[in-house]
Amino acid sequence: MSLFDDLKKSVFFQVPAGMATTLKHVFKPPITIRYPDVKRPVRYRYKGRHHLRRYDNGLEKCIGCSLCAAACPADAIFVEASENTDEERYSPGERYASTYEINMLRCIFCGYCEDACPTEAIQLGHDYELAYYDRASAIYTKGMLIDMPINGMPSTPRQTEPGVFTQSIPDMEDPK
Amino acid sequence: MTLLQQQGGSDTVQELTVEEVRAKYGTLMPIDDEENMLLSMGPQHPSTHGVLRLVVELDGETIVNLAPDIGFLHTGIEKSMENQTYLKAQVMTDRMDYLAPMSNNLGYVLAVEKLMGVGSTPRADAIRVLLVELQRVSSHLVWLATHALDIAAMSVFLYCFREREYILDLFEMVSGQRMMNTYFRPGGVWRDLPEEFGPALEQFLDFMPARMADYETLLKDNPIWLQRTKDIGIISGEDAISWGLTGACLRGSGVDWDIRKATPYCGYETYDFEVPLGTVGDVYDRYRCRIEEMWQSLSLIRQAWEKMPSGPVNIDDRKIVPPPRSELGSSMEAVIHHFKLWTEGFQAPKGYIYQAIESPRGEFGCYLRGDGSAKPARVHFRTPSYVNLACLPTLAKGTFVADLVAIIGSTDIVLGEIDR
Repeated sequence: MSLFDDLKKSVFFQVPAGMATTLKHVFKPPITIRYPDVKRPVRYRYKGRHHLRRYDNGLEKCIGCSLCAAACPADAIFVEASENTDEERYSPGERYASTYEINMLRCIFCGYCEDACPTEAIQLGHDYELAYYDRASAIYTKGMLIDMPINGMPSTPRQTEPGVFTQSIPDMEDPK
Repeated sequence: MTLLQQQGGSDTVQELTVEEVRAKYGTLMPIDDEENMLLSMGPQHPSTHGVLRLVVELDGETIVNLAPDIGFLHTGIEKSMENQTYLKAQVMTDRMDYLAPMSNNLGYVLAVEKLMGVGSTPRADAIRVLLVELQRVSSHLVWLATHALDIAAMSVFLYCFREREYILDLFEMVSGQRMMNTYFRPGGVWRDLPEEFGPALEQFLDFMPARMADYETLLKDNPIWLQRTKDIGIISGEDAISWGLTGACLRGSGVDWDIRKATPYCGYETYDFEVPLGTVGDVYDRYRCRIEEMWQSLSLIRQAWEKMPSGPVNIDDRKIVPPPRSELGSSMEAVIHHFKLWTEGFQAPKGYIYQAIESPRGEFGCYLRGDGSAKPARVHFRTPSYVNLACLPTLAKGTFVADLVAIIGSTDIVLGEIDR
């Protein structure tokens, strides 16, 4: 081992080299985010709080098939279905979810409900601030989960013409 | 009545005699000398990397004997998995080794595929290799960060977590979750890689070598680091084999054993990589092995990305993989398959298999027994941390108590995986 190698491995070289590496970062902008003021943007596929989606015409996508509840590994979802009529229509097809509850204390945000849903009704959105003061607030009901109708469309239930909304499962594209 | 008395104040460790402690906590540790001190390290000790309790017998500052006490993080994952279908049970594998969920997923998914007698597509295999190697880098970054922090090199900790954050962001891009991915599924992967993934990965591959060089500058030849790691916690190759060690703990002792080379899976035989080996088997050699592994992983990631084949990411077997969403609106058969798979799941044949993969910590094995139903009859995991922890007394005997944190750090254990 040469003298140069000895010198290179000595405290007099190594410690200043380490210090220089640390010092280099003093002049770089911080990578931390001031969280409550600045929120970290999430990615497109992020699995956050659930949303119950509507069609553009304002009808609910959920048909109350309970497939999300069956697919849930944590048993966090409870669905109760009721019959649609043309006088009081919530969703296309025969049935709609009259009760839809997700227990956010049980939910593990795996996204199986979204995969299992045959109508893209339930989707995991981008909200991640889900703190609450008591356990009862952890139960998200249908009213909390469902989106508002867009473009001034009427909400549900509503009266529809007979024989129009018969297909429960729509044509869909593969998710990105 | 104070809180301490309510909880049984006389039961605290300090007030019991050595024999009482041994009887109560069942460590069965023989005490050589009554003059020795019995010290309880943990379960909240910061350097145990989780809730591990070590009962240490000390003669002055020298460790005479040591007994790990585990089970504080027991979650009953193996038993719970018997009550879920094969697909639903997969979410629990994420939560065992929480620093390498992708590797756990891969071990389980490969086991299910082996039991079902199916494979995956070439593109899915390449994606799996890519993400598992990314996971290896991220897991080793946490190991390096905490290991260095234990030996009081704090800036390494900050830099390693910065890079790990980038990898977690890549995982979020791909799977929607930073840690509990559940991205690999039997028969392929959840969805194809998103478009934004490519540029982000290339950026990562561009900046990572320079960052790795920074860690090397801070630690590799640093005399303080060398003094804390060289010739400490030595285990010979023979001992390492007889203890059943795997991963960097085994390779640090110079034993050439890597599941990726020995029994390749996911097409590892088509990749060009080396298995880094140590010579002495001390803390420093294990450190070097993992760092070299990270370099190899970066090379593997690049290879997998460059040769990423096009094509489907799931096999075309409707009895295992749910049909694509675009078919549900038009095909009744697709709807039936979709409903059957998400309610009942697929039935695995009777029989049992064992599938091992090389997780960041060593050999991660999954034993699966099917009884013809849609739920596994028995799931067992051979987790590397559990086996590597067992040799801790051998490593630590005769060293100073201050070196114990270095030795624990160098075994790279994850308690979630040990207790599972």
